[in-house]
Amino acid sequence: MEYISLFVKSIFVDNMIFAYFLGMCSYLAVSKNVKTAAGLGVAVIFVLFVTLPINYLLNKYVLAPDALIKGVDLSFLSFIIFIAVIAAIVQIVEMVVEKFSPSLYSALGIFLPLIAVNCAILGGSLFMQQKDFANVGESAVYALGSGIGWFLAIVSLAAIREKMAYSKVPAPLKGLGITFITVGLMAIAMMTFMGISL
Amino acid sequence: MDAKLKETILNPIFKGNPITVLVLGICSSLAVTVTMKGALVMALSVIAVTGISSLILSLLRNTIPSRVRIIVQLVVVAMMVILVDQILKSFEATYAIDKQLSVYIGLIITNCIVMGRIEAFALGNKPWPSFLDGVANGAGYGMILIIVAFFRELLGSGTLFGVDILNWLGYVPNNLVILPPFALILLGCIVWVQRSIQKDLQEK
Repeated sequence: MEYISLFVKSIFVDNMIFAYFLGMCSYLAVSKNVKTAAGLGVAVIFVLFVTLPINYLLNKYVLAPDALIKGVDLSFLSFIIFIAVIAAIVQIVEMVVEKFSPSLYSALGIFLPLIAVNCAILGGSLFMQQKDFANVGESAVYALGSGIGWFLAIVSLAAIREKMAYSKVPAPLKGLGITFITVGLMAIAMMTFMGISL
Repeated sequence: MDAKLKETILNPIFKGNPITVLVLGICSSLAVTVTMKGALVMALSVIAVTGISSLILSLLRNTIPSRVRIIVQLVVVAMMVILVDQILKSFEATYAIDKQLSVYIGLIITNCIVMGRIEAFALGNKPWPSFLDGVANGAGYGMILIIVAFFRELLGSGTLFGVDILNWLGYVPNNLVILPPFALILLGCIVWVQRSIQKDLQEK
């Protein structure tokens, strides 16, 4: 039951985009059409789901105070370890996907390597560290939930932007300005989920 | 100061602002704009990280093989961010800096401004201009943060830096302004104002 609650919460309430603004750069840059947006969204779900449990284990058994050697606190190293793990995983995932599924590889294209510097991934690990999950399962569920939340956010924005191409937007607001305001309004809509507890 | 150096400093602050024009580094920024204090700490951290890592990488630019440059950049930036984070942690108790800020400080590593300026400027220029470029880009980013935070704290809590400004006049704080969506709407409005003034930035 806790898992379901965590899952729903990380999709809707603690949405990476609407509540924490994580991964905003690629969110704005790649949301011009639904197909590429969905590709990036899937890549984010995948990489989050793989890296978060690994970083959880590293955090628990290596970096936390007294974990490796008694009296040694390595937690100041967490930023550099997390980013190294993410970069390495992205590299491995890229090679595996290229070898076994060339069609998926060409669909994801440039997005896979770019994901290494997507704030949503590092942010996921840092929030996971802060939230103090009880076991690997919880961190995996959290990763899956926030990945799906990110996916939903980017696909829905892309759909709106595709339609918005036909509307008359004042010239200074065109492009970036109206996109920010749209995301803001979407975030307000998502706030209806706040306060849900399962 | 010669004209080129001046251009290096002024361009990122207005015409080529990293947030409103280049759309870089929005990720880690907006969540810290609820209070002026958070925005100021974040702005200073980003200025320090971009400035010093641009300086270091510019000094190293002739010795780094181009194939491994990304990883070298990442290591230098991560090192700077760890330093900033440790410094902030030591002041956490004294100045009551928000604990959640640590997550967003960590996210400076993946802030596109830092890596972007290193790639685009520091690797091809002398250390001093690179340092200035880094600082100016950090300042352009910080400026937007502080503008957003100014409105959010003033309208959302009626205070600035925790000092009461509007409340004693009988102002009722608007809670919507504190919530995340308003930061985006405010940023949209800043872009709107900037593009109404600088017409050449408007998108077709």
